[in-house]
Amino acid sequence: MNNLLVLPMVLPLIVGIVLIFLRPFIVTQRVISLLTMVVTFGISLYLLIEAQLSGIVTLDFGDWAAPFGITFVGDSFSLLLVTTAYLIASISLLYVFSSIGEEKERMFVYPLILLLLAGVACSFLTGDLFNLYVGFEVMLLASYALIVLGGEKGQLRESIKYVLVNVFSSFIFLIGIAYLYGVLGTLNFAHLSVRIAEVGQTPILTTIGIIFLLVFSLKAGLLLYFWLPGSYGAPPMAIAALFGALLTKVGIYALFRFFTLLFYHEPQITHTLLAVMAILTMIGGSIGAVAYNDLRKIISYNVVIAVGFILSGLAIFNSAAIEGAIFYLVHDMIVKALLFILVGLTIYLSGTARLEQMSGMIRNYPLLGWLFFITMISLAGIPPLSGFIGKVYVAQGAIEGGAFVLLAFTLISSIFVLYSLLRIFRNVFWGETIISKDNMIPLKKRVLLPGVLLAVATLALGLGVEGIAGIVTDAAETLMNPDIYIDAVLNQGGV
Amino acid sequence: MKTNDVILHTVTKVAVFIILTYGVHLFLAGHYEPGGGFVGGLVLASAFVLLLLAFDIETVRLGMPIDFKLLAAAGAFISVGTGLAAMAFGVPFLSQTEISATVPILGEIPLASVVLFEAGVAFAVIGTVVTIIISISEDV
Repeated sequence: MNNLLVLPMVLPLIVGIVLIFLRPFIVTQRVISLLTMVVTFGISLYLLIEAQLSGIVTLDFGDWAAPFGITFVGDSFSLLLVTTAYLIASISLLYVFSSIGEEKERMFVYPLILLLLAGVACSFLTGDLFNLYVGFEVMLLASYALIVLGGEKGQLRESIKYVLVNVFSSFIFLIGIAYLYGVLGTLNFAHLSVRIAEVGQTPILTTIGIIFLLVFSLKAGLLLYFWLPGSYGAPPMAIAALFGALLTKVGIYALFRFFTLLFYHEPQITHTLLAVMAILTMIGGSIGAVAYNDLRKIISYNVVIAVGFILSGLAIFNSAAIEGAIFYLVHDMIVKALLFILVGLTIYLSGTARLEQMSGMIRNYPLLGWLFFITMISLAGIPPLSGFIGKVYVAQGAIEGGAFVLLAFTLISSIFVLYSLLRIFRNVFWGETIISKDNMIPLKKRVLLPGVLLAVATLALGLGVEGIAGIVTDAAETLMNPDIYIDAVLNQGGV
Repeated sequence: MKTNDVILHTVTKVAVFIILTYGVHLFLAGHYEPGGGFVGGLVLASAFVLLLLAFDIETVRLGMPIDFKLLAAAGAFISVGTGLAAMAFGVPFLSQTEISATVPILGEIPLASVVLFEAGVAFAVIGTVVTIIISISEDV
């Protein structure tokens, strides 16, 4: 029993509820929400270290032993993601403070962000299939409200699509759960894994696996990403940064859990399907990223490419590739938040999102320009920064596994990422200045702070790979050997 | 000429008390019979909706000066709070407990902490339903 494990979910939940009562006091809301994020980040970090020292942390709610009650399971993988999520949320909140506007702050923006994080943490930590569904819904309901907050025309249009797509995929999710419960009669992940191993993943189980693949692909934007570029362009950039950094990653996490812990017996079917979808995602994302002149669209398609890249690591399915995918996942969460924040600032300063209408901004705003440059080379995977190590491990895994087609596509997609961001850098930051010194909107240091902090984080992650390498290796080992997970959950009574 | 709705008003005044009693009954029966916080809360909310239909929003607000948004938040707070309270006693999150108490007239009755959780659910349901109805009617 370790009650601390529930705090990453419950602390933001209860503080979010309390903030509803503090609606008129904006400054109080800001201080409390920031404090909560930082404290929760500290707790997650402590739990992550604890999981390193003494193995997987579990908590049975209400003292009901594992397959009968709901269990929270904190292994290195989920705790690493929770810690990263709160790191990003803490820093993104600083950007929300300076950019969101008082009107939205009065309309419950901070409670909604806290509830979003509670849903994300619940999805990462839960060891129960139905609880995962509930965690997804908590996160999605908060995101529905956040995407439409402000009520502009574009937001209303995109939110209808977003809600429809997600309601549909949640419906399929429930049907999948019903099928799985009908076949196996249990909902606990560890218990499900034991039972699937006992019957040896019969065709019906593979079919159910593919249903879940469909569901989480819709949530993560794997091949079924048609809703993503529009939806991520609609809300204010501060909110879009949280979406880009967190929402698709929860879908990716669920895919990792499902296809390493539950449906790993027929990789020639499920993992081949994953590989094909990942390749098509990278192709589609790359085409989108170079096709548009709208900054929001370009960075949204960059999210799509990253999803394809991370899941090609899962599709290769050996420990080097999984390790690379985890490295890249953590890197991508940080750097996508950074990218969205910087592009948000650029759009605010230039008053337009069109590539061809901006020029020479590095003369007006040198720090912003160089921050964008760091983001660009970090995303492309240039060695001292954080994107490099993940790509190397995925490539190594692909060579070991003989997946040369995937190898080719992952490496070519990096070139497209670099090209699409280089286009932004060249058109927006280089060239003749078109904003004169008198007309330029002053950029306060305070506003750039979140960007600087995230850039420091990506640098630190790149230079301090050794520091988290142990955690990632441990996470990959747990993912590749489901027995470790099952032992940790079920060996305390129950069955 | 103003429409005369004295029959609606009179029936509402009687029916609301029956509905409210039934809602409380459903809420309290939840542990042993069908019912509980969600259904109880919905039935209680339907009494408020009937009041809103028979009278107007201003009258109802005068009679019950409650902000239903805050009622919903308070309900959620109570529910999460009971889970957190378990942690203060050093047992896992959401652990429930039960004691027997002897009350003068009713005799010995069981008091379970899960009732508090359900009360939170009921408040949240009432608050949400009435907030939805009031917001829709105000906007048009």
